[in-house]
Amino acid sequence: MPAPMDPLVKLDSRITVGSTEDHASHAPLIEVKDLSLWYGTANALDHITVLIRERVVTAFIGPSGCGKSTFLRCLNRMNDLIDHVRIAGSVHIASQDIYSHEVDVIELRKRIGMVFQKSNPFPKSIYDNIAYGLRIQGVRDRAALDEAVEKSLRDAALWEEVKDRLHSSAMGLSGGQQQRLCIARAIAIRPEIILMDEPASALDPLATARIEDLILELKKEFTIVIVTHNMQQAARISDFTAFFYLGKLVEYDTTARMFTNPARKQTEDYITGRFG
Amino acid sequence: MALVTPTVRRPDRWATLHRSARARPVEWLVERGILLVSLSAILLVFLIFLFVAREALPVALGRMTSARGQRPLPVDSLDQIPRESLRAYLGLKADEFVAMTREQLQLLMEIKAEELAGVSEDKDAAVNTTQWRYLIGPHQWSDYDQPEFIWQPVSRVPKYNLVPLVIGSLKTTLVALLFAVPLALGAALYVSQLAAPQVKEYLKPVIEMLSGIPSVVLGFFGLIVMASALQFVFGYQYRLNAFVAGLALGLAVIPVVFSIAEDALTSVPRSYVQAALALGSSRWQAAWRIVLPAAAPGVFAAVVLGFGRAIGETMVVLMASGNASIVSWNLFESTRTMTATIAAELAETVVGGHHYRMLFLIGAMLFIVTFVANLIGDVVIHRLKTKLEGKA
Ligand SMILES: Nc1ncnc2c1ncn2[C@@H]1O[C@H](COP(=O)(O)OP(=O)(O)O)[C@@H](O)[C@H]1O
Ligand SMILES: [Mg+2]
Repeated sequence: MPAPMDPLVKLDSRITVGSTEDHASHAPLIEVKDLSLWYGTANALDHITVLIRERVVTAFIGPSGCGKSTFLRCLNRMNDLIDHVRIAGSVHIASQDIYSHEVDVIELRKRIGMVFQKSNPFPKSIYDNIAYGLRIQGVRDRAALDEAVEKSLRDAALWEEVKDRLHSSAMGLSGGQQQRLCIARAIAIRPEIILMDEPASALDPLATARIEDLILELKKEFTIVIVTHNMQQAARISDFTAFFYLGKLVEYDTTARMFTNPARKQTEDYITGRFG
Repeated sequence: MALVTPTVRRPDRWATLHRSARARPVEWLVERGILLVSLSAILLVFLIFLFVAREALPVALGRMTSARGQRPLPVDSLDQIPRESLRAYLGLKADEFVAMTREQLQLLMEIKAEELAGVSEDKDAAVNTTQWRYLIGPHQWSDYDQPEFIWQPVSRVPKYNLVPLVIGSLKTTLVALLFAVPLALGAALYVSQLAAPQVKEYLKPVIEMLSGIPSVVLGFFGLIVMASALQFVFGYQYRLNAFVAGLALGLAVIPVVFSIAEDALTSVPRSYVQAALALGSSRWQAAWRIVLPAAAPGVFAAVVLGFGRAIGETMVVLMASGNASIVSWNLFESTRTMTATIAAELAETVVGGHHYRMLFLIGAMLFIVTFVANLIGDVVIHRLKTKLEGKA
């Protein structure tokens, strides 16, 4: 039963920046200021201001269609590929405005990996999938590729399962394995940030658990931004959680506080499953 | 809430599970109708092949002869010769023979004797040129100084060597494919992956419109415009040649290859492209290294279809190739294809004669070549698909 919404008021700075005191060792990496986005005339993101810290897991939750994926795509400029998109506001990563004209999108994307909702391995061998990102960067050395492939697969907890069939097609893997392969492919080029758009939403509980373990492992090295509409998942794996609703950022805080003591009624309603 | 609500049984609803209670006669009819139509298409292809093969069979099996090494029979021996061998000597059908008067037969014998007197000096006249070894191997004819492959069906000694025609067909087809396939695939890749939507909106129909141009117009264009322009550029000797014909033919092949390949490329899931771009590929890298390999089965099918179109096309090569049946791999010499030969000569042949049957043999060969090409194509496409889908 959806509860009637109270009108959204502008967020105060404490909420949007997240609590600093608990995570002082994690410097801010992504600064999003007043980001708005329109698909044609439809407003999908409305003045989002958020600060994401390095080497933590930041989860974006919210009901379907609230703009989570859209927001994620703003961070590696994948929205550039969609026609009639208009963006206002700014996104700075490591203090550089990624929407500035001087930024080379291709270079940007080499530093930001992305894992999609539906696993999308290339119809190539497992090996070629992982090696692709390096090959397009001009790596030809067989030994270097072999090493990178093995390391990425080990990091993605897939090595033991596929080491004997590296040269058979990736399409023959199970759904969960395919998704871990996509993660391995993303980390093979050693990005700084990994964006994950509901990476486990199409997987069974067992495969989901493996992905979640993997994410916890990966955050030691990478900054992870994950979109999910599964609250338990956000609670399990993230350090910070942001709640989106209808294109607006309703609340942003440490996950611990968000799930125990949300500042806003709307967040509480969503987390306790009263709507969404 | 009660855990179990006793359901009311409604036997009347279950009774109608029976098949006949829900007959769908219209669906059944439509289904059968469609089946019939598709079966009839297969049947039609089969019948056409049967017809072509039947006409070609006597030469293919070596049951015909073009030898004319007979002695002329004296005209006044008309009454001594057995009726049947007289009929064979004059080459008449039974009913024609019966209808002849004695005077007419006499006249025919005189004509025949004259004819035979003319050719019998040539030692080749005794040769049955429709035998397979003359069709595919070189032979030193009496007025040549070395063994050669000659297609010269209208001659005192008809020469039916197929090699020059096969080479002609292969040459023009090769040029056409070498010209058309890269262009068409490039255009397909561009239109499906790289072009802005507005550009795509115009480019696609324009290229596909090429297929609407009648091949006689393309041939005319090749004959008049391209032949002169290319001669000016490349400075070769013969204005009409395999190169010109191949390029003109290429114009007919481009839209076929383009439209199939474009469909195949467009149907590659966008998610592959997104994954590639998110890894820092340029759009071109994503198109070339991910989309093209992923569309390989469809692209290959496009090429096979293009091959079929090129080898089967008649009007363009008839007009632009120069039609000289020469054995030469030089692209800048005039050439003659199998299809053009059939088109140009069939109308002048005697129905049932060896020239006529020879043209049908060429037709059957074309039929088989296309069939085999498609068969190989299917096998390769199947292999590529299983490889892509990881079933192998
Ligand atoms: N490519 C697109 N073109 C137009 N509208 C879009 C597009 N992608 C998403 N939208 C719209 O933007 C809104 C947010 O979508 P999305 O970011 O996918 O939500 P979420 O990921 O939270 O489910 C939705 O209303 C959706 O219909
Ligand atoms: Mg989404």
